[in-house]
Amino acid sequence: MKPLLAVEGISKFYGRRIGCASVSFDLYPGEVLGIVGESGSGKSTLLNCLAGHLTPDLGQIMFHTRTSGMQDILQMSESERRMLSRTDWAFVHQHARDGLRMSVSAGGNVGERLMAVGERHYGQIREKAIDWLSRVEIASDRVDDRPTAFSGGMQQRLQIARNLVTGPRLVFMDEPTGGLDVSVQARLLDLLRGLVREMGLSAIIVTHDLAVVRLLADRLMVMKDGYVVETGLTDQVLDDPQHAYTQLLVSSVLQV
Amino acid sequence: MYVAVKGGEKAIDNAHKWLDEKRRGDLDVAELEVSQIREQLALGVNRVMAEGSLYDPDLAALAIKQSRGDLIEAIFLIRAYRTTLARFGNTLPIRTETMSCIRRISATFKDAPGGQILGPTFDYTHRLLDFKLAAEGETKHLAPANHELAGHLPHITSYLNKEDIIQTEPNTNEPPQDLTRQPLELPAGRDLRLQALTRGDEGFILGMAYSTQRGYGRNHPFVGELRVGDVVVEMEIPELGFSIEIGEIEVTECETVNQFTGSKTQAPQFTRGYGLVFGHSERKSIAMALLDRALRWQELGEDNVGVPAQDEEFVLYHSDNIQATGFLEHIKLPHYVDFQSELELIRKLRRDVQSNAHEVSEQ
Amino acid sequence: MNEYNFAYLDEQTKRMIRRAILKGLAVPGYQVPFASREMPMPYGWGTGGVQVSAATLTPDDTFKVIDQGADDTTNAISIRKFFEKTAGVQVTEKTSDATVIQTRHRIPETELSEDQILVYQVPIPEPLRFLEPSEVETRKMHALEEYGLMHVKLYEDISRHGAIATSYAYPVKVEGRYVMDPSPIPKFDNPKMEMAAIQLFGAGREQRIYALPPFTKVVSLDFDDYPFEASKADHSCEICGASHTYLDEVIVDDDGNRIFVCSDTDYCATHASKPQEAAE
Repeated sequence: MKPLLAVEGISKFYGRRIGCASVSFDLYPGEVLGIVGESGSGKSTLLNCLAGHLTPDLGQIMFHTRTSGMQDILQMSESERRMLSRTDWAFVHQHARDGLRMSVSAGGNVGERLMAVGERHYGQIREKAIDWLSRVEIASDRVDDRPTAFSGGMQQRLQIARNLVTGPRLVFMDEPTGGLDVSVQARLLDLLRGLVREMGLSAIIVTHDLAVVRLLADRLMVMKDGYVVETGLTDQVLDDPQHAYTQLLVSSVLQV
Repeated sequence: MYVAVKGGEKAIDNAHKWLDEKRRGDLDVAELEVSQIREQLALGVNRVMAEGSLYDPDLAALAIKQSRGDLIEAIFLIRAYRTTLARFGNTLPIRTETMSCIRRISATFKDAPGGQILGPTFDYTHRLLDFKLAAEGETKHLAPANHELAGHLPHITSYLNKEDIIQTEPNTNEPPQDLTRQPLELPAGRDLRLQALTRGDEGFILGMAYSTQRGYGRNHPFVGELRVGDVVVEMEIPELGFSIEIGEIEVTECETVNQFTGSKTQAPQFTRGYGLVFGHSERKSIAMALLDRALRWQELGEDNVGVPAQDEEFVLYHSDNIQATGFLEHIKLPHYVDFQSELELIRKLRRDVQSNAHEVSEQ
Repeated sequence: MNEYNFAYLDEQTKRMIRRAILKGLAVPGYQVPFASREMPMPYGWGTGGVQVSAATLTPDDTFKVIDQGADDTTNAISIRKFFEKTAGVQVTEKTSDATVIQTRHRIPETELSEDQILVYQVPIPEPLRFLEPSEVETRKMHALEEYGLMHVKLYEDISRHGAIATSYAYPVKVEGRYVMDPSPIPKFDNPKMEMAAIQLFGAGREQRIYALPPFTKVVSLDFDDYPFEASKADHSCEICGASHTYLDEVIVDDDGNRIFVCSDTDYCATHASKPQEAAE
């Protein structure tokens, strides 16, 4: 099997400070990769480099495109990259406000990506929007309400619907459960797990919450000070951490 | 049968005649001479020159007379005239260190070579209406003032420069851009920003600068120096191969000393804001310096905290009062075609809602 | 009046504007930045249109100006007089006699021909402006053809009102590429934009020129199931009886009674004298 995403030697510097350094990995179709580390470990920098929000200083990011095989996204034109991010990619922000249009109805939020790729039938767009709202457990009679009228958990689920409606192949998630109540987190995680399995999504999830990766990720990458210090299958890394830093991370969670 | 209104042309002619009458006012009162405006309403003349971007006190005074004292209208007259003038070339940059100052103050040092020169200022007047001015013959009461001019005063910031304690502005030697000749494209350089600010509406620049002082992008300004006076304008004449003086203009220059930047490895330095305005225009030049400084956040490695005074596009697109007043006032032009289409739409939408409501109530 | 150059602007400036016009014609619907001059009339009152007309007019041209479809509205008169004075060109109120027509808010009812130029006055050239206030951002959206947001607006209209709630300045897509603001003409006029004449759009304050060459494909944005409709008041003109023209509503008495008359005064006058033709 060919990887969906092949990352080679990605480094990003902020002046003399290291954002992330020499990160390499492959992501296979249907695989969920968790990236964990404390804040400042470089995991968000890495995610933003991968998703095309930041330009890394070194390295290459090859993505298996539908039309022309493996392509280096850093060599693509801005318009090709934006096309990817509206179709094959999705990005779920930690704060739903960053990923939603707060002054646009829930239906409009979900429909935007469909319209961006050329759907021009109002009835069908609306039908798909309602279908997706139900898949993320939002009642269909809320389709014309604005996200400002939604709870934090609902906003996050709406953001997920908005991202998944075009059937992306790769989803980037930045602390998707951060800032939510614990009970709300559990429901969202359940929902995410269901969608990932059902749609066969590949995903990269950045989080500091080991419970999230335990539930969602097949594989783990542990980052510290911009470097990857340990990788492996999720259960293996969490149950038998090799690196001292991972051990600390795991034990601190266990104590909670 | 309905007959459409005609006679717009006549109406316009009549309106303009009426305007002429209104401008002249009561014929029993003596007519203002342009020279009176130039001499006695000089700060208004200065503002018209600064925002009209044309240094000509006589024309500015004429424009004020013609516009019945509406300064924005006067600025508009000057701008429309200016745009038709041929360009002979560019002058050399004026050298404000050679200014013969009628006023020069610093808030950062108690004293400096050349001293503080208060000059003709409203500061410390008690803002009491002077009813003597309402009576005739003011000149009789004028007490003579000491008019000593001070030339070649060094800039106060040059003393800070010696210690390297304030950032130096590198001389690029590149000819500055001109936003009256090129379409404004963003991001604009500092040259275009300064041009836009010095031509910008005094009220807008003042309000934006004030917002930085109140915390919307605070940059801790001190008035390093404010100086007012005449400077020589020189132009290089290619045929001669050297530059000659072509005249003198009065300008107001303000340099602010602002909060410092620096890090563990880079020694901290004060930063600067700069204001330069035609004529005696203190308020405008100080405000310009504050706003200039706020707009430099990127170059000085500061955070964009999302305030209006940091937003180059916002400031540059909204500072010009001729653009602003034109667009604002154009909404008094007829819009009935668009309004008609809105009428039809709103009627249709209301019909739909009412028939829906009717159906619902029948169910 | 000899103090000023032909048609007011100096030749250098006209050349600069002509270059922008040619670029606009080469890339239909693309907003070309140009160094708009300060004109002796306020920004927002047609300075863009006037500059385009000034750069387009030749001494042999016949010039017509309409505002709201009428030749005798005050601003139309003012602009017409300006060119009479500064260019000495012939002026007309007859659409078919004009070679250059400057307009604000209407397209004439009489079909234009290929030897005519229609110059629009444009207040806000950016169709995305009220969705995205930043010019830097909207230019990027055009460059990358990111127009999803435009349809989001139409979607929201239908969700809220059951119909697309834009009645003038109705956005169009030009030759399948650029989304363009047709200036604040009523949407009734949109279908006329695929015409034989050259269409030039000038926005003075915003420093943009754009253009449509003859017979350019111009599609009003819509949904398949909520198609664009070029609507007008469902009446006939009280004066000439025409039923297919855009109508103004006029209040005729203190009780608020109203009648409808053609907004295109030249068309109305021509057809009122030949009533059979208008009724056809």
